[in-house]
Amino acid sequence: MALTQKEVEHIAKLARLELSAEQMERYREQLSAILDYIAKLRELDTKDVPPTAGGGLTQMTLRADEPRPGLATDELLKNAPEAEDDQFKIPPVFE
Amino acid sequence: MTDLTSLTLTEMQNGLNKGEFSSRELVKAALERVESSGVKTHAFLHVAKESALKQADDADKQRTTNDGRQKPLLGIPVAIKDVLTVEGLPCTCGSKILEGYIPPFTATSVKRLRDAGAVIVGKTNTDEFAMGSSTEHSAYGVTKNPWDLTRVPGGSSGGSAAAVAARYVPAALGTDTGGSVRQPASLCGITGLKTTYGRVSRYGLVAFGSSLDTVGALGRTAQDVAQIFSIMAGRDPLDATSADQPVPQIQFDGDAVRGLKIGVPKEYFIKGIQPEVEEKTRAAIQQLKDLGAEIREISLPHTEYALPVYYIIAPAEASANLARYDGIRYGPRVDADNLWDVFFKTRGSKFGPEVTRRIMIGTYALSAGYYDAYYGQAQKVRTLIKRDFEAAFREVDLIAAPTAPETAFKIGEHINDPIAMYLEDVFTLPANLAGVPGISVNCGFDKNNLPVGLQLIGPHFREDLLLRVAHAYQQVTDWHKKAPSL
Repeated sequence: MALTQKEVEHIAKLARLELSAEQMERYREQLSAILDYIAKLRELDTKDVPPTAGGGLTQMTLRADEPRPGLATDELLKNAPEAEDDQFKIPPVFE
Repeated sequence: MTDLTSLTLTEMQNGLNKGEFSSRELVKAALERVESSGVKTHAFLHVAKESALKQADDADKQRTTNDGRQKPLLGIPVAIKDVLTVEGLPCTCGSKILEGYIPPFTATSVKRLRDAGAVIVGKTNTDEFAMGSSTEHSAYGVTKNPWDLTRVPGGSSGGSAAAVAARYVPAALGTDTGGSVRQPASLCGITGLKTTYGRVSRYGLVAFGSSLDTVGALGRTAQDVAQIFSIMAGRDPLDATSADQPVPQIQFDGDAVRGLKIGVPKEYFIKGIQPEVEEKTRAAIQQLKDLGAEIREISLPHTEYALPVYYIIAPAEASANLARYDGIRYGPRVDADNLWDVFFKTRGSKFGPEVTRRIMIGTYALSAGYYDAYYGQAQKVRTLIKRDFEAAFREVDLIAAPTAPETAFKIGEHINDPIAMYLEDVFTLPANLAGVPGISVNCGFDKNNLPVGLQLIGPHFREDLLLRVAHAYQQVTDWHKKAPSL
């Protein structure tokens, strides 16, 4: 299934990826080939088959909802590109 | 004196307990070997020299107290794949988007090894975010196979596999989402265990495909791998998907193979498989028969659909998991005038090509109008694959097959053809889709002196069976004792 240039641009936008025109074209070709390959799944009739969502046999077990110390704010902010007053700092959202 | 790096984990434990050498000597020998030949293999992304020597000294001190002798891994050097966090050590996941990230917390699997006394020598190379089968997708350069430096070590846990094969460390942690422990173990001629989904906590494992990701262990012998497994497995309150199942201390006495029913799936011996891989695998299966196993041909009829299912489900989950890398909380930021452009420029320039491809496939498969045709259908076919294994395990105790369709390939051979690279995992990813455990053990060499791997797959939570059979095989063969000359 050949993807169009417009479709690839749309996917890149949804995924928040800035790509050059050349990259777009390369990914268009590669993604089309991969989609062709996985189209094989349509051969199978799965009308009465339930989906499998998780990998586990067992139920998820949640721990007791009790307060406990978390990671220290200053430790976490050390990895941020920009921080101020115990908060992550970002460029303006609104003009 | 013997070369300390030539010892297995168990031999190191014995020597430490008898006082033949100290942990400092062991760790120093490991570090020196990394320094002298590490540049050839590039197995490590970060060598933690100072902290490793300090941990070794602490271990030597602890050994003099009763408390110390009870810790099973006290003073043993190990390596950790760079997708698992170790507090204070860099964790890049082989990606530029996490360059400089120093996690403030330690993964539970790693913490359990540390609590058992292990010394962390460093972080090993991986395909970016564990997406790949060769380490060629690492943003920090490819790891070379210790058996032939012009070839890949497999991936994504290629750094851990090479580190064990090259005798830098006796054991290492890896992760397996579609074969990333077993395939590099096969290509590097060592023993690699993929655990049951939910068996080992994933707290501190950087998420890739959350319904598939597992933490595994690599070592030279099944016995060594079993030790790492028993220590790190088991319920963890910090991971809701970790299973509340008892963890066995694996006993290697008695006859593990006699009377065992072993299934050989016909779909795993397909056209296109390297003839020597088939030959060595079949010879290994014959040896298990000689040890008293009953061999039966079985069918896993949906095997050919595992790869397309995987390449919808894993990218879909990855596209969601990797949405967090946005240049705000960790990693580098590409500056721009507004937030929107920060996201686009940071993600567009810092993710490598394979990760970008998978994020795009996943985004597409989950997007409006395509969800049912791709993701929905893949989840249903996943059920059929799971049922194949359930049916097989009503008939046989375990399954034997090749781990990978070919031995180590040349660096660059598959890099421009994503689907050719994906086919490397054709025999390993069905176990991830079903959630069952698997192990790869060296079962011989091809004409280029490259190792071949035998894969054993077992029912959920039966790592003990896999390890016991692998151990029995290693008692009658010496492939696992061969070492590459570096």
